[in-house]
Amino acid sequence: MEFAELIKTPRVDGVVLHRPFMPTVEGTLCLTGHHLILSSRQDNTEELWLLHANIDSIEKRFVGSLGTIIVKCKDLRVIQLDIPGMEECLNIASSIEALSTLDSVSLMYPFFYRPLFEVIEDGWQLFVPEEAFKDLESMVLFYPWNETTLFGLPKEDEEDNIALWSAESAFTVDEAVMMRAAQPLTGTNGRRCKEDEKLINATLCAGKRGYIIDTRTIAVAQQAKTRGGGFEQEANYPQWRRIHKAIERSNVLQDSLIKLVEACNDQSHSMDRWLSKLEASNWQSKVKEILTTACLAAQCIDREGASVLVHGTEGTDSTLQVTSLAQIILDPACRTIRGFEVLIEREWLQAGHPFQQRCAQSAYSNGKPRSEAPVFLLFLDCVWQILRQFPCSFQFNENLLIMFFEHAYASQFGTFLGNCVAERVKLQLSQKTVSLWSWVNRPQELERFLNPLYEPNNLVIWPSVAPQSLLLWEGVFLRWNRSTKCLDEACQEMVHIIEYNKELQNKVNSLRRQLAQLETEDSPLQTP
Amino acid sequence: MEHIITPKVEYVKLLNKYAEKKSALGTLYLTATHLIYVEQTNNARTETWVLHHHIVSVEKLPLTASGCPLLIRCKTFQLLHLLFQRERDCQDVYQSLLRLSQPVKEEELYAFLYNPHQNEEDRRQGWEFISVANDFSRMGLSNDYWEISHLNKNYEICSTYPSILGLPKNASVAVVTGSAKFRSRGRLPVLSYYHKDTKAAICRCSQPLSGLTSRCVEDEQMLQAISQANPNCPFIYVVDTRPKLNAMANRAAGKGYENEDNYSNIRFQFQGIENIHVMRNSLQKLLEVCSMKSSMSDYLTGLENSGWLRHIKSVMDAGMFLAKAVCEERASVLVHCSDGWDRTAQVCSLACILLDPYYRTIKGLMVLIEKEWISFGHKFSHRCGHLDTDPKEVSPVFTQFLECVWQLSEQFPCVFEFNEHYLIEIHNQVYACQYGNFIGNCQKERLDMRLHEKTFSLWPHLLKNQHLYRNPLYRRSLESTVLRPSTLPLHFKFWCGMYNHYDRGMHPKQSVLDQLLSLTQKQEEGERTMTELQRQLAVADGVLPDPSGPINTPTEQDSPSEKTPTAPFVQSNGSCLPLVNGDAEEAGPGAEKCIDKEGAEPGATEHDLTSSEDKPVSVETEHSKEEVQESS
Repeated sequence: MEFAELIKTPRVDGVVLHRPFMPTVEGTLCLTGHHLILSSRQDNTEELWLLHANIDSIEKRFVGSLGTIIVKCKDLRVIQLDIPGMEECLNIASSIEALSTLDSVSLMYPFFYRPLFEVIEDGWQLFVPEEAFKDLESMVLFYPWNETTLFGLPKEDEEDNIALWSAESAFTVDEAVMMRAAQPLTGTNGRRCKEDEKLINATLCAGKRGYIIDTRTIAVAQQAKTRGGGFEQEANYPQWRRIHKAIERSNVLQDSLIKLVEACNDQSHSMDRWLSKLEASNWQSKVKEILTTACLAAQCIDREGASVLVHGTEGTDSTLQVTSLAQIILDPACRTIRGFEVLIEREWLQAGHPFQQRCAQSAYSNGKPRSEAPVFLLFLDCVWQILRQFPCSFQFNENLLIMFFEHAYASQFGTFLGNCVAERVKLQLSQKTVSLWSWVNRPQELERFLNPLYEPNNLVIWPSVAPQSLLLWEGVFLRWNRSTKCLDEACQEMVHIIEYNKELQNKVNSLRRQLAQLETEDSPLQTP
Repeated sequence: MEHIITPKVEYVKLLNKYAEKKSALGTLYLTATHLIYVEQTNNARTETWVLHHHIVSVEKLPLTASGCPLLIRCKTFQLLHLLFQRERDCQDVYQSLLRLSQPVKEEELYAFLYNPHQNEEDRRQGWEFISVANDFSRMGLSNDYWEISHLNKNYEICSTYPSILGLPKNASVAVVTGSAKFRSRGRLPVLSYYHKDTKAAICRCSQPLSGLTSRCVEDEQMLQAISQANPNCPFIYVVDTRPKLNAMANRAAGKGYENEDNYSNIRFQFQGIENIHVMRNSLQKLLEVCSMKSSMSDYLTGLENSGWLRHIKSVMDAGMFLAKAVCEERASVLVHCSDGWDRTAQVCSLACILLDPYYRTIKGLMVLIEKEWISFGHKFSHRCGHLDTDPKEVSPVFTQFLECVWQLSEQFPCVFEFNEHYLIEIHNQVYACQYGNFIGNCQKERLDMRLHEKTFSLWPHLLKNQHLYRNPLYRRSLESTVLRPSTLPLHFKFWCGMYNHYDRGMHPKQSVLDQLLSLTQKQEEGERTMTELQRQLAVADGVLPDPSGPINTPTEQDSPSEKTPTAPFVQSNGSCLPLVNGDAEEAGPGAEKCIDKEGAEPGATEHDLTSSEDKPVSVETEHSKEEVQESS
């Protein structure tokens, strides 16, 4: 298929762009296969380049022959385009609609994108599973099982979805592991699987305890039995204790996001209405829920030295939220930029979180949700909450989290395409697209994501999950509804203070050296 | 002391509401002024001091298997849950605290006992440190339109107003006194703030005694005079901060609001801030919400039902209305509520902060509180319940003002010289009665109590500790701007630092503020060290004479030795000055005194020695360049 067929009007002059907190821009609107571009053709004004993939939905309005298109983006931005001429406006609208809802993955922009920067470090080669599981291999040596048993033994789960992660990189006898899986397929008649029991039980040395954290309520888990799923019978896994800690299923999350964003965008309501809509959206409750469960998993490992197995139904949504957040709490390595990338690669991409399905639509989708759900965004929100409570413990700042949110929903990079590793291999993403990591890890880009307050520490960081401690993530949800001028100034000032201090210390040190040098030079003269 | 039945109780448990296991076991002491809880674990000793004046209620809860619980709530929002082993001890402490926390006479207040080791001269200076008269001259009074009047020097026109008043020049004595008679409690329209740039003024008063039909020619003339005092605008706004319904109800009682038909060129406006009773109940509900261990949904619902943030927003909206009228329409505004000492104080002081960067400084906020709250008769004794009086008079009006300032500081992190600790400390001090500033209900009362002779002023104490209250992000260059905050509901946040102040677990575990404050401190030390090193280097180089040598050096060496070779260092926050020291020997730790010196020229650091070849590379940041330019 040719994109040209979908573009009915490639160019309109005299289009006016309205964006909140920015001056309006008048210029020429162009549609390309993947972008909506608005340029005033003046040097000093910024051009708008919008990926069609970023467009969540559009609305059309007409006043006389002047048409208006409201473009609502997946990154939650809302812009308005005033287009002279009804026909042009209709053409543009239908073209955008068609281009932003392309079904075929291989038509996505990442397959056409050629980087303008030189790829120095190929992101596709960065996090090969062997590398990501380096810790694991050494652990396999330690534990009474070998690599074959680990990967060779298929767990009788819905998917062969097993991963292990060690609480500390230095191994001790008290070592505990965190694992994730999908639900066991026990069904109504309590089917057992010797190999699964052997595998799970083999994780624990004699006398050690483990916890199975099921992210569903007991009722939901019971129900799953009728569909062939279920949960571990304690009798068959004697060293394990099962805890049910409910996290909302992914299908209700989308609704929650839609309600939250709607509440944030409506500027007309009173305080009471705002608070009640915020409450009704349930978003903050979910943040609290997920963080609480993640803390529980981390606590089992840190406080009790017990191993933990986390699963829900498929092991690709709430499970990943819990395991990845627990690691951020426990492991200082995950709080570095590289470590966080590894975490996303291992706990989300390799673990088979279906990014393409989940991020197909965002908060402005009109249609009935299929499998869209802001599971990853919720995870990022939780990370932001921890970051806010421990502002000196992360190498990265909020911008990195926001960037991941944007790229998960629409990107020029291939990293978040596909729904699992197998799909990505089939799509030949590593050959045909550029990896997000190739771009992020360039020093020029990294600078934007560095937290000036970062001081590495090896502590376990326990976030508070009290409702008062969990705030609305303004950086994402109010991003387009506020002026950031004052906040940016504060950031700059902070960086300035820190930089200035460093310079000062360097200066003092160099003066000390100078002085010491002078004194040693002088001393022979003084003693004849 | 006679109220203390048992001064010491051992084996008292201090319950931790979040983690039962973490509850402490310790000893409780009662002194004349404080309740002290001492916890001794291994080699760590932790003390919790609670001022009796801070205690708002003591409640004996039903006996439990583990002992007799006593719940102590404080005006600082601290909550102490004690568990006694013996019922008897619990009862004794309960009775003692009931009495100690509710003084009957003013003389029982802490301020009359407290002596911060100052002599009479210090005391006098302390009280003179913040002066409302000075602030009038800072605004440019007297001028062609406004004058400082002493008509109220014996508090005869209005007993709850200060002795000096700002009045329009063309208002005659007859008009002033006539207008006072037509206003509730004689609180006539007077100047609150004069905006030099626009010549617009903010004036305040109480409601007119208009009833359903009454009018008063002098009052009408008074408003006319205020209007004429502003050559830039033909009308004035009259802002009634109450909800319209409340104002109308007052008409039946012979009070009410201005009838637009009787006054020429006024634009009348209601603002809808609720009364003290609504605010008291709202805070009560808010505190219930934040002391509970609740789900997110219950918390948000509770927050909404308390109405607290709605009230905060209504105060902010009214403050914004005033500021906008003054700076955008260049119109003068007359503000009142019922008596003009609660909502009016909130709104006028908030507008001052929005309009004038001076009030965003550490000292400026003191001046503002002194002016709009203390001297204009906000009834601190009644509103804070210092004495055992009518509980219906208690209301968190001042707390709401502080919160509005905090909400602003969240939206504008660089425009306030002070940080959150400052606001919280002021709040604690208002209720502590340790200093005399917030005792009494108006200036006349304070004079009658001879507070200036018997107690000390809080302000010098705060100033002494100002390093704790500084905002490291404060940028003076931004100061001239009028603040235009967003008052969309979603920009108001729950102030965890205030209402859950003592629940440390809820706060961020690492504080950006503390981190930056310690950096600023490190910076000061670094700068000092650097100056000293540069001096030593100059001595070693032989450029400077060795200070250990003879003092009478030849004249040509005099001039360089007077100027220390300092790089043009300016604190990045612009609030401190470079170390300007005549005597190099004092550049050591004793040099702090230079830091707070006001008005010294950063340009005075112009150094000649560092221009020699071997000069150390000077760390010139953009900021320091700016500063030097500004000063030259």
